[in-house]
Amino acid sequence: MTWVAAVVHGILLGGYYALLAAGLALMFGVMRIINLAHGSLALVGAYMSFLLVEHTGMSTYLTLLLVLPGALVVGYVLQLTMLERSLRGGELVPLLTTFGLLIVIANLLQEFFSPDVHSLDAGRIGPAAWQISSELSIPWFDVLTLGIAFAVLGGLHLVLRFTQLGRELRATAADADTAALLGVNARAVYARATAIAVAVAALAGVFYGMRSAFDPNAGADELLYAFEAVVIGGIGSLWGTLGGGIVLGVSQEIGAQINPEYFAIGGHVVFLAVLVVRSASQASRIRYALRRFA
Amino acid sequence: MSALLTVENLDVRHGLLQAVREVAFDVAEGETLALVGANGAGKSTLLRAIAGAHRPAGGRILFAGEDITRVPAHRRARAGIALVPEGRRLFPDLTVEENLRVAAASRRPGPWTVDEVFEAFPLLQPLRRKRAASLSGGEQQATAIGRALMTNPRLLLLDEVSLGLAPVVVEGVYHSLAALIEGGTTILLVEQDLGRAMSVADRVVCMLEGRVVLEGLRGQLTREQVTHAYFGLRQQEATA
Repeated sequence: MTWVAAVVHGILLGGYYALLAAGLALMFGVMRIINLAHGSLALVGAYMSFLLVEHTGMSTYLTLLLVLPGALVVGYVLQLTMLERSLRGGELVPLLTTFGLLIVIANLLQEFFSPDVHSLDAGRIGPAAWQISSELSIPWFDVLTLGIAFAVLGGLHLVLRFTQLGRELRATAADADTAALLGVNARAVYARATAIAVAVAALAGVFYGMRSAFDPNAGADELLYAFEAVVIGGIGSLWGTLGGGIVLGVSQEIGAQINPEYFAIGGHVVFLAVLVVRSASQASRIRYALRRFA
Repeated sequence: MSALLTVENLDVRHGLLQAVREVAFDVAEGETLALVGANGAGKSTLLRAIAGAHRPAGGRILFAGEDITRVPAHRRARAGIALVPEGRRLFPDLTVEENLRVAAASRRPGPWTVDEVFEAFPLLQPLRRKRAASLSGGEQQATAIGRALMTNPRLLLLDEVSLGLAPVVVEGVYHSLAALIEGGTTILLVEQDLGRAMSVADRVVCMLEGRVVLEGLRGQLTREQVTHAYFGLRQQEATA
């Protein structure tokens, strides 16, 4: 039964990872930007929510009404001022730019909020859970997180697939010059996509703040898990990201079940195994192609 | 007829190479102009400069009376210039219908809709949900032309639409072009096949090494004159 509990909790945890990874997957898969500041932007969302709760006393959930539009604006401006320029320098430059942003954000947060840990109140559903058996309980908050991850990834999928913005985005990613010849304003399209990605990051950040305490340097750790979820799920696939998040969560919970110290390592092992298997199959495909060529 | 497009002393460079040198001509509303010339004469570069995909080094481009020399490509598309690029350049992972719908970004109202394109190119109708990458050359070319038409252009630029296609497919493509020309669309086309160019165009402009070396109405030019200009034989003949 404890193993069943580990798997169930892993799936629920995977929902959180998928939510955290969604914005990363959007920017990575569609715009080829590896946003190393993604976790930090999520953290900024959590801190903004914290500020609002402190000053107005509103519920954490209600702060989303202000945090998310703010994050949209931040993403839009970020793309137009920083990422667009660095993209022109090739694929590696955005990596450096966003790495710099990660450090700047961590230091600014430390300056304004001190290195102490903060946390957000998850409201009445925070401690609530369904007690299935003596060993298995399902926290409401985790179910809510999984549901939101599902809704966000599904929503992004629908936007990419069926809206004009989605078509313009996919067309620009494939061939920006030709898209421009059809009237697509690539700058505006990318800025809107980054705005969405940052808003999703902020949403994930607020949920992160409600599930655990956070400090100014938590961004990098969260980024690592989001990154693993994206890679396990297959780059560029939004539904794959949900699957990747769940695989990561289940691996960690099973690792922890074997030995409580193996929580993180369980995820890393599966992540590395996926990478090895993928590159091995890639190598065999290349060998096969070479043999046919020769 | 007033000029829809005027090109004045246009210079376009690829790095150190000057691909287009002091080119000047205009295209009247409703006219079909064929741009001919050997490989490397600068025809494609000229079309791309007019569409905004390539920034000119000098000269001016006027469209419907406005100077558009510094206007970015997407705003030229919104003003009514559409280019069918060489090599078709479809978005490979988008379906045929999605490729067409991307052009809604031009936000130009007009007669061309997805259904109209499928009516004009019936071969595409059964393929509308197929990925563009899976189409044959002729089907891709039809999609590329349809996609450009979806912007409801006032000026359609066609770059080597028959390149790499089987003769029977080229026949089909030109059949649809004839319908467009009859409908009054202004067309500027680049074509390697001299016979084809001279059969559809009202006027022919011949380029050699980046310059316009011959220009005339279809009836006024003989095939021989154009052939000579095409290969740069005229001057040698004069000196001989």
